[in-house]
Amino acid sequence: MKTLTTLTTAFAVLCSTTAVTAAECSNDTWNKVMSSGKLVVGVKADYKPWGYRNADGSLVGMEIDMAQDVADTMGVELELVPVQSSNRMQFLEQGKIDLMIATMSDRKDRREIVGIVGPNYYTSGTNLLAPDALAFADWEQIRDKPICGKQGAFYNQIVEERYGAQVIAFTGNAEAKQALRDKKCVGFVYDDSSIMADLASGEWDGFGMPMPTEDDNPWALAVPKAEENCVFGRFMSGMQYNWHVDGTLIALEEKWGIQATSYLAKEQERFKDWLAD
Amino acid sequence: MLEAFQEFFRQFAADHPTWNFIFFYEERQWNKVISGLWMTIKLSVVCVIFSVIIGIVGAAMQGARSAIVRGIVQGYIQFFRNTPPFVQLLFFYFALGRFTPTYSPDGWLEVPIISNVGWAIISLSFFAGAFNVEIFRAGVEAVPKSTQEASEALGFTRLQTFAYIVLPLALRVSIPSLNNNLVNLVKTTTQAFVIAVPELLYQSITIWNDFPSAQNPMMLVLFISYLALVGILVLGMNKWERSMRIPGYGA
Repeated sequence: MKTLTTLTTAFAVLCSTTAVTAAECSNDTWNKVMSSGKLVVGVKADYKPWGYRNADGSLVGMEIDMAQDVADTMGVELELVPVQSSNRMQFLEQGKIDLMIATMSDRKDRREIVGIVGPNYYTSGTNLLAPDALAFADWEQIRDKPICGKQGAFYNQIVEERYGAQVIAFTGNAEAKQALRDKKCVGFVYDDSSIMADLASGEWDGFGMPMPTEDDNPWALAVPKAEENCVFGRFMSGMQYNWHVDGTLIALEEKWGIQATSYLAKEQERFKDWLAD
Repeated sequence: MLEAFQEFFRQFAADHPTWNFIFFYEERQWNKVISGLWMTIKLSVVCVIFSVIIGIVGAAMQGARSAIVRGIVQGYIQFFRNTPPFVQLLFFYFALGRFTPTYSPDGWLEVPIISNVGWAIISLSFFAGAFNVEIFRAGVEAVPKSTQEASEALGFTRLQTFAYIVLPLALRVSIPSLNNNLVNLVKTTTQAFVIAVPELLYQSITIWNDFPSAQNPMMLVLFISYLALVGILVLGMNKWERSMRIPGYGA
């Protein structure tokens, strides 16, 4: 009986300490990055031109430039880790990466798992990469048709539910696009920004982006959940705010040949310094 | 009753953000789990049957007089046994899939007559079949030469000797290793995920992509499902092994 009481007391004490530390900031990730002098960022390797491999195999792209800026501002080395849509949040949860900048749409469910901090740095909507030959113009036309998709995209389910399309979700972009080229599906449902970049690459003659873009959804970078309201989260909010204010994001968009989105112009207007001329 | 059950898990998800058993209270996700499980069962059963047939036929062909036939079987084993099933699935679906006849429902689509499920069955059956040939060969070699000579002396042809004398005895020797390989096969069906076959892993990952909070429960579902599926298979195989036992034969 005495042991039981001791155990219960020990357990209660343990529980209360966890509760206390959970409310406070331990800043583990931030401190680890600062003491080791290395920031590990999870980025995409298959999402041209946001994150992809160039001819010599190194990771480059708009989001890699952003990651570099974060590391430079912190005064640490940058290490890049390629992540997939389907594992990016887990990488962050498990501490394999310190920060995730990986074309992730900002969704309510995701905010419960990782520390998403605003303001959102980009936005994109859902569209379809489809052959011109099929003369699509309306989402209703894909009802009961096979549509290629990628595992991890939130709109796969929306396209299935709203338009009754049969989504065949592959693990990677390459497989999904190959299946489209092999005519195994009538289109590839993906972010409009990425489809535009594909079309601009000149490798998709005879294909277009015929649908009206839907479900415009801001993108978010993420820090570990515990860091959300602590130093690292606040710091990343500040980074993003400054990227909007000083036009870094617009400049990067131009650098990487991405069609300018009105979102960035609007955000820059919104955050404009009232004392600036 | 069902209401209370659903309400419990809805509340559970609210209290524990990483333990969202969404499939217990949202019908669409429940249907995904069930359809995935059903596809895994179909894939497993069909592949197990085909791979055993391939194994038996292959073992018979290994005993053929013609060196060409034996060479073909050997080549088949080396190719399928020594390459990863993951790569085989990709190769079959994307590379060979281009050469199969297609039909077109709308003038643009080219729907191959062999679907991704079809390729998964073909690829996985041949993969496990290659191992089964070797497993049955070990069984065949365990049958004493004198037994075969005796059947020859009784006027059996080579095929009859294999079918009525060698195979029934070889089967009994082979069952334990066959058991192992079929268990492996059931687990390997998850790799059909790579060509988007909507089996249990595919559906689980789809669910946890849409609802990151459901990842832990889905992994639990995966573990329990495979434990159950493999458990049933092993129980069946053990029962079969016991019923086939010849007192005094083997050990």
